[in-house]
Amino acid sequence: MLTLRCPYCGVDADETELQAGGEAHLKRYGPGSTEDEFHDYLFTRENPKGVHLERWRHAAGCGKWFHAARCTATLEVFGTYTAQTGEPTQEIKDAISAKRPGWSWREFS
Amino acid sequence: MSDPVSALNHVSYVGIARVEETGLQGMITLRGDLSSAALGKAVKAATGQEVPDVRRAAVSGDSGACWMSPDELLLLVPYAEVEAKLAALNEALKGEHALAVNVSDARAVFKVSDGPTREVMAKLAPADLSPGVFEPGEIRRTRLAQVAGAFWMEEDGSFRVICFRSTADYVFKLLSVAAQPGSEVGVF
Amino acid sequence: MSTRLQKQGRLIDRSKQITFKFNGTTMRGFEGDTLASALMANDQMMMGRSFKYHRPRGVVASGAEEPNALVGLGEGARFEPNQRATTTELFEGLTSISQNHWPNLEFDVGAVNTALARFLPAGFYYKMFIHPQPFWKHVYEPIIRRSAGLGKAPDKETKDADTYEHFYAFADVMVVGGGVAGLQAAKAAAQSGAKVLLVEQTAHWGGRAPVDGGTIDGMEPGAWVEQTLAELQAMDNVTLRARTMGAGVYDHGYALAYERLTDHTPGVQGPRHRLWRVRAKQIVTATGAIERPLSFAGNDVPGVMLASAMRDYVVNWGVTPGQRVIVATNNDDAYRTAIILKKAGVDVLRVIDARTSGGGALADEARSLGIRVDPGKAIAKVKGGKRVKKVAICNQDGIGGAREEVACDAVAMSGGWSPVVHLWSHCGGKLIWDDAQAHFRPDPARPPLGADGNGFVVPAGAANGPVSLGEVLADAQTAGEAAANAAGFAPKTADAPKGEVEVELPMEPVWLMPANADTPLRMKAWLDFQNDVKVSDVQLAAREGYESVEHTKRYTTLGMATDQGKLSNINGLATLAKALGEDIPQVGTTTFRPPYTPISMGAIGGEARGEVFQPIRKTPIHDWNDANGADWEPVGHWRRPFAYVRPGEGVHDAVNREVKNARENLGLLDASTLGKIIVKGPDAGKFLDMMYTNMMSNLKPGKCRYGLMCSENGFLIDDGVVARIDDDTWLCHTTTGGAERIHGHMEEWLQTEWWDWNVYVANVTEQYAQIAVVGPNARKVLEKLGGMDVSDAAIPFMGWADGKIGGFDCRVYRISFSGELSCEIAVPASQGLAFWEALLEAGKEFGVMPYGTEALHILRAEKGFIMIGDETDGTIIPQDLGLNWAISKKKEDFLGKRAQQRSHMTDRNRWKLVGLETVDGSVLPDGAYAAGEGVNANGQRNVIGRVTSTYYSANLDRGIAMGLVLHGPDRMGEVIEFPGTDGKIYKAKIVDPVFYDKEGKKQNV
Repeated sequence: MLTLRCPYCGVDADETELQAGGEAHLKRYGPGSTEDEFHDYLFTRENPKGVHLERWRHAAGCGKWFHAARCTATLEVFGTYTAQTGEPTQEIKDAISAKRPGWSWREFS
Repeated sequence: MSDPVSALNHVSYVGIARVEETGLQGMITLRGDLSSAALGKAVKAATGQEVPDVRRAAVSGDSGACWMSPDELLLLVPYAEVEAKLAALNEALKGEHALAVNVSDARAVFKVSDGPTREVMAKLAPADLSPGVFEPGEIRRTRLAQVAGAFWMEEDGSFRVICFRSTADYVFKLLSVAAQPGSEVGVF
Repeated sequence: MSTRLQKQGRLIDRSKQITFKFNGTTMRGFEGDTLASALMANDQMMMGRSFKYHRPRGVVASGAEEPNALVGLGEGARFEPNQRATTTELFEGLTSISQNHWPNLEFDVGAVNTALARFLPAGFYYKMFIHPQPFWKHVYEPIIRRSAGLGKAPDKETKDADTYEHFYAFADVMVVGGGVAGLQAAKAAAQSGAKVLLVEQTAHWGGRAPVDGGTIDGMEPGAWVEQTLAELQAMDNVTLRARTMGAGVYDHGYALAYERLTDHTPGVQGPRHRLWRVRAKQIVTATGAIERPLSFAGNDVPGVMLASAMRDYVVNWGVTPGQRVIVATNNDDAYRTAIILKKAGVDVLRVIDARTSGGGALADEARSLGIRVDPGKAIAKVKGGKRVKKVAICNQDGIGGAREEVACDAVAMSGGWSPVVHLWSHCGGKLIWDDAQAHFRPDPARPPLGADGNGFVVPAGAANGPVSLGEVLADAQTAGEAAANAAGFAPKTADAPKGEVEVELPMEPVWLMPANADTPLRMKAWLDFQNDVKVSDVQLAAREGYESVEHTKRYTTLGMATDQGKLSNINGLATLAKALGEDIPQVGTTTFRPPYTPISMGAIGGEARGEVFQPIRKTPIHDWNDANGADWEPVGHWRRPFAYVRPGEGVHDAVNREVKNARENLGLLDASTLGKIIVKGPDAGKFLDMMYTNMMSNLKPGKCRYGLMCSENGFLIDDGVVARIDDDTWLCHTTTGGAERIHGHMEEWLQTEWWDWNVYVANVTEQYAQIAVVGPNARKVLEKLGGMDVSDAAIPFMGWADGKIGGFDCRVYRISFSGELSCEIAVPASQGLAFWEALLEAGKEFGVMPYGTEALHILRAEKGFIMIGDETDGTIIPQDLGLNWAISKKKEDFLGKRAQQRSHMTDRNRWKLVGLETVDGSVLPDGAYAAGEGVNANGQRNVIGRVTSTYYSANLDRGIAMGLVLHGPDRMGEVIEFPGTDGKIYKAKIVDPVFYDKEGKKQNV
């Protein structure tokens, strides 16, 4: 039962107010993409033990989607940030680095 | 045309607190750029209130403005005036990217009063309702047991609870169970 | 015999007698008694039988750790099995029954199992059940089902008569356990200003201290407890809760506490249990320690009890389990029991101390009271069946020979103390082995981690390892301050109160008595009383190769179920370690699972029972529907009328009547549940072109278009009619179950992919009641009500218009899901019922009838219209359903377009939608598969299709169906076979899916 702070309304939301949305920062591939690109977009996901970037929606609250950076092994939360970004913000990357020096996740580190 | 009827037509229950459906309330969902001057003016004209800050509810009687999300307000207006207010809003927001719709009949409103109201609500919502943490002026959108809801507190300690019309009967029964006699918690 | 003493009993009120029943016998106790103490006062030492061997079992402990005294409490709608007699507060009229016996407690047929014990060794079930399958039906099920298991489940016909609730609480520091450590930790934390929640599972504060003695700041512990409690009660930032057990600790400071409100006062108004769902920044576990049994033969005979429990019964409830008692120990603490018993007038025959050195100051005090102390000795065996009769005494360092027998009627045992580490462990806190005390205690370096990556559980007092009163209080002070500090408060550092007790000599681990007990003794030395696990069982498991403690636990059932290893854990681990020739820390411990002790299902469910078990969503017309014969069908959380059944009519008669009437006269459908979503903005058209497979941006204001929505995987997720309201506003209808889902789907894409597009959406589903007016007389009834022009010219098929009908504000959509002349009319929800009633009244002369969802389904199936959820199941693309006409070829992109180009999606062998007509006119079974040529790898007939919708059509007087069939559209006229589960083969011809009015004339009038 996690608690995540919604970056929009500032509520420390109980997990029962939230909806999980899987991996963050997927790049959409549409018509014209190759079979491999499209396949990876639909089906290939990270499964890290450690730092992970995820999508959550404050479903029973302000209704907004946001991103959370957390550790899948300890459930430590490094921070939450808005969904209107294609990649983790520098602030979030710094927050992760402070706790997990040398981390990397997909092309980010 | 016949007289409009609210979801539960003023049903009420008295246990450790009083639970009642308050009847018809004019409500407008307004989506737009909350920092826009035109929007602020329109909101003021419709409700007499400034655009509320994050999680704030500025309500006076049956008029008010509640913050719902970074691009959404719930405006409260007298039920009989909702169509006129909506028309005025749409006129004032012409040229702006905004959406204003009447949701008065899509919702039900309850009042929880005369008793340990914080406790009744804290049995249903995973929110910290301690004095000093939750006070009049704040609106909390959350879950009421298994459905979505929102509430704020009045200066007299009563709560106003809003839910979808279809779940009004469920929420009324929930509030009644939470207010059943002998169920005082005694923490706030 | 066990009796009530003349004096003693600090928790009972002898002036208030209480009458209660056990197995039908009326007994008496006092206010303040537990059921266990009252039964003992009535010389009822035997309280149940064991799980596997049905051995007589008496009470062993005095609190939540009790493994044996499980009873069924209450009757009828308030019957509850497996309740601990030791934690059940006595009240007037309490009824209880013992468990696990047949025909009765004194004489039990199942006890024959104990004679067969050597044929029921560890892993018996695993070994046995490998045998042939028929044994299950004829041997295992009938026999083992009867004799295994704990209490009986309540009668399935009764419903729990009580209510329950949840409560969401938030605290800076939650302290679990109201003994002296918990009280002191709470005080230390609260003095920093932190908001503190302190919970105690029993009705009393102070824990063991008032029984165990010593002094705190020069006071009797009881007096100190009163004083500290008063201080805490006076603090605004402290909440105190007795009868509230800390049940579990979970991620991010989430904890459950189980409050028992009326168990001890039945009949009082209010909920029976309250489950506190706590979020705490820090949790202090001041959960104390539990005494360990000693493993000797016959340690399960009623009358053998933990030494600490025995003195609890004397001091707290004025009850002694026997008149002539023997104490067996490996530590000094048990001497307290001997001293207290002796002072209460009970004959203490001797203290058998396994340590050759004997005890310290407490032993000296015992000797001075005339109690014989035998150092270096052991109990070889306790003799007696349903009651202790004799004890055979031998040397501890032997195999159990050269015994001396002493007649007695009770035995107190103490194998040392284990901290209660359950709550520390629930969320991942690790343990370290303490050699001096021979127990596991919390490892401060490896606490459970919270959201900030730091530990959030702080153990305090005996739960952290310390044993003496002084150390316990000092540790609690430190823990309270540390928790407050970690929660962000500056603690006021203070000296802990000074606790003083007799100095004790070290204990010596004793894992078996005597140390080298022979096989017959080991087979009677119990480790886990509740699950009937003996020393010999664990040794057998080790011999059979079970080296992992977790495997051994499951193989032997040691520490399983409600016990969760409270009494058995350490002794079992030590036995396993010895059998494996390893050290205990290497063997490790099993995982403690929440809840600490069982909590009621009612408390877990909270308010969610009866009428509010789940939300039932209601349309504005719901109550009318209910009063007019609605046979309800759940659709999501909605309830929709399946049909309106008239008196004297069957449900299917009603359906047939409604289907015919809609085609011949006038039908009304409550369609309020259909989703209605407003989409507005400069980019709304572009957005809807992405959402739908067909083009929505070129829809003209005033017009409607049927649209399909697919997921990015290409599969159909919803359908519905879209209306363009004005230049930048559209209204999208969704399926009944789809409103919230599709609204969320749109928001997700707008917020997370196209956040730069100027589009707002709003779900206005419940703002409107929507009524479908259907049939040849549809226009007549609307014209009779009067108002707006509803002619074909004014509102042509697939058009919409705003106006008034009968004085109601309406939006009329000229759309048809039945193939008839049809308008769906939206009015404000607050006037939905009035409009419905107006239509019924005006429609009388036109043969109006409401119709339900089944008629809706049949009408659409007659027309070959698909239904999301029937023709689709999450693996179906529009092309499978012949809906290519609704997929835009002009659009560069829409959700699902790329996926529908993948090779499997374009495979010509995908099953395609066709109509199916049985050769004999009967109705095809729903979901039936069509069998083709040949067999698959398992020898089963190959399948070539399946039925997706099947109905009896009253209009056509025959069965009609739709299905997905391999190469279906190319096989028109072919007859294929559908084997039914009834053994029959159904033959059906592949036909066009439109069965009725193929030209579509009826809707266009």
